[in-house]
Amino acid sequence: MTKSELILHVAERNPHLYHRDVERIVTTIFKEITGALARGDRVELRGFGAFSVKGRDARVGRNPRTGEAVEVAEKFAPFFKAGKELRDRLNLPDEM
Amino acid sequence: MAGNTITRAQLSDAVYQEVGLSRNESAELVEIVLNEIADTLTRGDSVKISSFGTFSVRQKGERVGRNPKTGQEVTILPRRVLVFRASNVLKGRINAGLSKPGGGTRGTASGG
Repeated sequence: MTKSELILHVAERNPHLYHRDVERIVTTIFKEITGALARGDRVELRGFGAFSVKGRDARVGRNPRTGEAVEVAEKFAPFFKAGKELRDRLNLPDEM
Repeated sequence: MAGNTITRAQLSDAVYQEVGLSRNESAELVEIVLNEIADTLTRGDSVKISSFGTFSVRQKGERVGRNPKTGQEVTILPRRVLVFRASNVLKGRINAGLSKPGGGTRGTASGG
């Protein structure tokens, strides 16, 4: 499912809303999460999961094509951990 | 790094400010969107949000693990796990504050 399909599904189930409002809702949600992570904040959505930012130390990597050593600078990587409720739902026998 | 935690409350407040629905309805819509994503993943489908990332479900086979506390061997049953792969746009946003040579262009070749 893509973002536009997600918008379409939510709009279909909520006929009282304009399609463009649903589009703004979905866009706003991901814009907020992105903004929070860019500030270094954590986003915790109970039952769904938590987004956080993890630091990655500088290291010496290697160009896989040439085998040449390259310096990789320190960086930050987004991380998502699924919430317990969602993790459990993925493994319910009747939903598999 | 600021170290604050954002929850549903801030997300629905942002929706309230941005879209002009009532506070209650904004909170409800945030929930509906999260549920729609969760339902899709539960069916085993992946959810791809452009310039954000992809949530997908991976099937794990049975393996023998070990209780780290007791050292006892246990069989870990086959199960499904959720993985999130961030897009290059999101990775770029998170590293935008780090001003370093070449930092702004890293990873743009493979798109978002």
